Amino acid sequence: MIIVNNRDKIEWHKGITVRDVLNAMGYDFPVIAISVNNEYISPDDFDSFTVPDSADFKAIHIMHGG
Amino acid sequence: MFHHNKIYARNVAGMTDILESRIIGIAGCGGLGSNAAIALARAGIGRLILADYDYVEESNLNRQYFFKFDVGKAKVDALADHIRHINSDIMLELHNLKLEPDDIPRIFGDADILIEAFDRAEAKFALIDRWCKEFPQKPLIVGNGLSGCGHTNELKVVKAGQLYFCGDEKTDIEMGLCSARVAIVANMQANVAIQLLLGGGKI
Repeated sequence: MIIVNNRDKIEWHKGITVRDVLNAMGYDFPVIAISVNNEYISPDDFDSFTVPDSADFKAIHIMHGG
Repeated sequence: MFHHNKIYARNVAGMTDILESRIIGIAGCGGLGSNAAIALARAGIGRLILADYDYVEESNLNRQYFFKFDVGKAKVDALADHIRHINSDIMLELHNLKLEPDDIPRIFGDADILIEAFDRAEAKFALIDRWCKEFPQKPLIVGNGLSGCGHTNELKVVKAGQLYFCGDEKTDIEMGLCSARVAIVANMQANVAIQLLLGGGKI
């Protein structure tokens, strides 16, 4: 099981990538920051970084404004 | 040095000695950056690295830490003047330029912590990506969702590794911006930075 944003749960399977988790969550935000077990994951690695079982997965949608 | 300064006589015990030796970078000196910088100056930070390409306009005065007499000045210069009027011993490094990701290591490499204070989500993210790749151990405190009015209880801090997101994660700039809410989030960013410099603990 992968815990997303301390709230949602995604079934884990071997080889599941960051991209797979985002797709499973239906997250298609254009600007999103990801960490897995407190490690920042760049979009360059969304298709290659495999998420471990029981991972703490954070997906933060970045908003305009400052 | 700072602990001899009466400005900080009412600071929390021990914080002045720590903060005066620390460096914070602020990327963007608008609503978030200007208010965060002033909070950090009043807290006793030793050195600030400020970067912004923009100039003060009258429409900034509803939320940014500027005054009518600042209109037309570079934001970094106007903000530096206000900080010097609080404590002229704070070391200031000013960069009046449009930050590109490749500038981040050169300009903010000395900083213990970076505060993100841009307007556009894409620019915020470009900063996040570059900072995290370049400095994976250093915190970056991001303003994320500060538009609209009220709804104070929806403002929070979310930690994601070295990233700390301050705001409501949902309001967008097209809703308009209110002085109080912008300043709350800016001060949340400054408050998180101070806590991390003082040793962390639960945010």
